[in-house]
Amino acid sequence: MPPLTYPDTLILRILNETTTIAMAGASANWVRPSNFAMKYLQQKGFRVIPVNPGSAGDLIHGETTYARLADIPDRFEMVDIFRNSDAAGAIVDEAIGIAPEKGIKFIWMQLGVRNDEAAARAEAAGLIVIMDRCPKIEFGRLHHELGWAGVNTGVISSKRPRLRL
Amino acid sequence: MTEDHDDRQMNEFGFETRSIHAGAAPDPATGARNTPIYQTTSYVFDDVDHAASLFNLQTFGFIYSRLTNPTVAVLEERVASLEGGRAACAAGSGHAAQFLAFFSLLSPGDEFLVSKNLYGGSITQLGVSFKRLGWNAIFVDGTDPENFRRAMTPGCKAIFLEPLANPGGVVIDVETVAAIAHEAGIPLICDNTMATPYLWQPIQWGADIVIHSTTKFLSGHGTSMGGVVVESGKFDWNQNDKFPTMTQPDPAYHGLTFYETFGDFGFTMKARAVALRDFGPAMAPMNAFMTITGIETLPLRMDRHVANAQKVAEFLEDHPAVDWVSYAGLSSSPYRDLAEKYLPKGAGSVFTFGLKGGFDAGVRFVEACQLLSHLANVGDTRSLILHPASTTHRQLTDDQREAAGAGPEVMRISVGLETADDIIRDLDQALCA
Repeated sequence: MPPLTYPDTLILRILNETTTIAMAGASANWVRPSNFAMKYLQQKGFRVIPVNPGSAGDLIHGETTYARLADIPDRFEMVDIFRNSDAAGAIVDEAIGIAPEKGIKFIWMQLGVRNDEAAARAEAAGLIVIMDRCPKIEFGRLHHELGWAGVNTGVISSKRPRLRL
Repeated sequence: MTEDHDDRQMNEFGFETRSIHAGAAPDPATGARNTPIYQTTSYVFDDVDHAASLFNLQTFGFIYSRLTNPTVAVLEERVASLEGGRAACAAGSGHAAQFLAFFSLLSPGDEFLVSKNLYGGSITQLGVSFKRLGWNAIFVDGTDPENFRRAMTPGCKAIFLEPLANPGGVVIDVETVAAIAHEAGIPLICDNTMATPYLWQPIQWGADIVIHSTTKFLSGHGTSMGGVVVESGKFDWNQNDKFPTMTQPDPAYHGLTFYETFGDFGFTMKARAVALRDFGPAMAPMNAFMTITGIETLPLRMDRHVANAQKVAEFLEDHPAVDWVSYAGLSSSPYRDLAEKYLPKGAGSVFTFGLKGGFDAGVRFVEACQLLSHLANVGDTRSLILHPASTTHRQLTDDQREAAGAGPEVMRISVGLETADDIIRDLDQALCA
């Protein structure tokens, strides 16, 4: 499969238009990548609602965990999928079914997660899809933080950065 | 598009633009346009939870300059960009950078293949000092890539080489060696100090990790020690079970799995958060600043370095006191074809030549130079001359010296940026001394 490329402007627009994220596959185990991403995104001002049938009812970083997207009582613009590529398909279909009711605009599949068929279904339903990326890493990259860890952000600008600390 | 973000991706900016801008932005607090020297050791936490997030690597930020420093970080991102890599981790010297790379990959008992055509200090570091840690180097003649295939063992975890080798003017067929490494499921590590990313970007030809002594051409002025490890972001550490340091929970970091958590910059995070943290060879902020400043003119300097080197090599080849010249830019070089493929802008400015008078003539010659400096460094604005057999390669055996291209009659020159005719005039008088 060819590598996926997304313009920085698209990634920024998605992050700017998102206030609440439903995180499918969020883990209560603090060394898991989903737990890292959830905590980071909360620190950057996003509300992150964990979705994980095995932890339903439990609190993760202060938020109640739900078994399914449809169980979340509030609206959320993004579904961030921390599941393997095959399992992502069913989550995307669930999101498509409740998108108008919940205000879902964006489907985001994590690093290493890619399901082109599911992405095509979501796009046909009017959703914007990002695959094989992490919103934590992309937020850090586009807000001048990732370079602090020596990562090539790809950002060149003569403007003074406005950090979102 | 917002005002802060040009719509182009980084790889669409030219090399010269990235040499000046990559990794750097106006200072957020003051608007200072050039990168400030953050001569600082430590950084306040907002609260206990912020501190915990930083220590756990859950968020990005500064804790302590042994791990990250705002000035050093600019250098790291800049070199990563110029090499076409995903991320980089700087160290106090090139040797320290090599240690970070190997510590992040190897466990005691592991083996790795090494091209014999290396800087003498690397032959000792990899072949002798690393052996005491249980990391076993297998040296092969890298001028024939098939030698790597023949020497491959099940326990091999990497191939290491210098694409443009120090000191001999040897060019290694990196694309072919990379394919052999990838067939074996292991990464190719290249020390690209001699070529710099301006002349050769090994990642484009399949290298997975690139190491530099930034002390040389990158800083460029003989002022500042430093090293850096760059990862391509393209190597799949999960393809086999050879790299538990990347793919298994790390007991040195609370059971974190670096590849799963950080993906295509997991190797750099591992090198920083474990190897740099626990062994401590951090780069000084002042040295990072000097190196950043040097890199801004890297393209201009390298063009002149190779132009001067070509003139000097041609002069030496015709000189009656000179037996041979090993510079890949000469039509007489057996590496001319490889140089045309990999080094179209020029074959570097460090090369060797042999004196007809042998060891004694070499000693007389270095001592007679008046403009060229007799010292053990390369990649300075100044032209430098060295007799490896009596200095850098002195601790090696005769066989090792021959294999490294540092026999008794061999002189190494690093052609600087002075007027080419002045360099040539000094060489001529010293050769006739």
